[in-house]
Amino acid sequence: MNRFVYADHAATTNVAPEVLEEMLPCFGAEYGNPSSLYGIGQNASRMVADARARIAKVLGAKPTEIFFTSCGSESDNWAIKGVAHANASRGKHIITTVYEHHAVLHTMDALKKEGFEITYLKVNEEGLISPEQLEAAIRPDTILVAMMYANNEIGTILPIKEMAAVAHAHKVYFFTDAVQAIGNIPVDVSELGVDLLALSGHKIHAPKGIGVLYVRTGTRIANLIDGGGQERSRRGGTENVAYIRGLAKALELAVEGLPDMKRVAAMRDRLAEGIAKIPYTRINGSMEHRLPGNLNVAFEFIEGESLILLLDMAGICASTGSACSTASLEPSHVLLSIGLPHEKAHGSLRLTLSHGNTEEDVDYILEKLPPIVERLREMSPLYETNS
Amino acid sequence: MNYSAKVMDHFANPRNVGEIENPSAVGEVGNAVCGDIMRIYLKIENEIITDVKFKTFGCGAAIATSSMATELIKGKSVDEALELTNKAVIEALDGLPPAKIHCSVLAEEAVKTAINDYYKRNGIDKVIPIHGASCDGDCASCGKH
Repeated sequence: MNRFVYADHAATTNVAPEVLEEMLPCFGAEYGNPSSLYGIGQNASRMVADARARIAKVLGAKPTEIFFTSCGSESDNWAIKGVAHANASRGKHIITTVYEHHAVLHTMDALKKEGFEITYLKVNEEGLISPEQLEAAIRPDTILVAMMYANNEIGTILPIKEMAAVAHAHKVYFFTDAVQAIGNIPVDVSELGVDLLALSGHKIHAPKGIGVLYVRTGTRIANLIDGGGQERSRRGGTENVAYIRGLAKALELAVEGLPDMKRVAAMRDRLAEGIAKIPYTRINGSMEHRLPGNLNVAFEFIEGESLILLLDMAGICASTGSACSTASLEPSHVLLSIGLPHEKAHGSLRLTLSHGNTEEDVDYILEKLPPIVERLREMSPLYETNS
Repeated sequence: MNYSAKVMDHFANPRNVGEIENPSAVGEVGNAVCGDIMRIYLKIENEIITDVKFKTFGCGAAIATSSMATELIKGKSVDEALELTNKAVIEALDGLPPAKIHCSVLAEEAVKTAINDYYKRNGIDKVIPIHGASCDGDCASCGKH
């Protein structure tokens, strides 16, 4: 019998019932504008202030350091362009990594056109980067390091605390995109010592359309939206009260759920062991320094989009780094960066588990996946010539 | 990917998958680097394609266009099969997303490459030009098939 198994939590998550409940009053009686002086306006203002304080507490920040945005990509754009533009007189060199999310890489492309110089740190075949690499790349005109906490495709975790210390020793700002890390591993800005940190609500059971940029007090950053003075005049626009409230609840639940990630990691490990039994299969990225729910594998001789379509027919939601899953002809830049040749990157599969998954889900994937891989291989002209 | 019901049907239940023992001709196009390879086997008797099989490495559209192309040339004469265009494959599948048009081109070229092999094996002095034959596997070099 077909089950429905959602194994794509790195793509998005369902809205938690507790989060929805927290938001609902704002779609009913509590529709006030936080800038209005009468009762429901002030209620809304209090709701935003309360949510900001709760989020700050969870992240180890001050409430005045929390800025609401519409998504992770907006936070990434603002952090990088905002710091670049406000500090260009000090230098125009920025360091990032080759395997960042496109919200970071394409922002760097935009800055290059403005005359900024970007250094891309390479990752090793495990998908890791050392603080020594960062140290070696810093120049007198470096103003910012932008480095993801955990990679969205292969789940590898970078030593952000050590990296931030390296940047600060050279008086360089440090920004981390923690969109994938949040809810999977502890994220505390004081502990990490970062100056800026981006996160997104929909990866942790808040709705799509809400994100946060943490900006440490004293960080020079240009405004994102000039408007009516909201978000301490840095990002104008009437606050998304309902989603802000929902995000506060979602972040609290994410932190409460961290101990359960041990169970998720154990399920992931069992999944990895089972999948590794399929011949001509490799696991992509370090299993040691990795998000608990992430598994990324490459099956030789087959193509990822076909795999995803057949898994979908079996009720399993997953994703791939194949070029054919996108409009471009290039497979995942992340998989290429860790040394996979194009033909193997085309056959990649990402499964990302979370709290909602069960051992039965793992059994089901392990039952359905091997025959699907075999079916596509039987159809593949590459299989016979290689096997 | 927004596929038509016909594409999904030919992807999920591809027709004519496999190989032909002692085929009259074989044609292979595409490149593993680009993410799709099609190989078509033909059995030709008295200029008629009596059997056709395919093997494809590729996305849903690559498999569906291979399946449809083999259906469209089965039982046809060699000359009729040469008239198969990628447009005909697309129409028979009730359309393809723009990013997948190249799959239909590949299917047309696979048929033509197989027929060139038939000519070669039978000493027929004809070569059908294949656009994709120049593919060097570097997608950035041409950006399309």
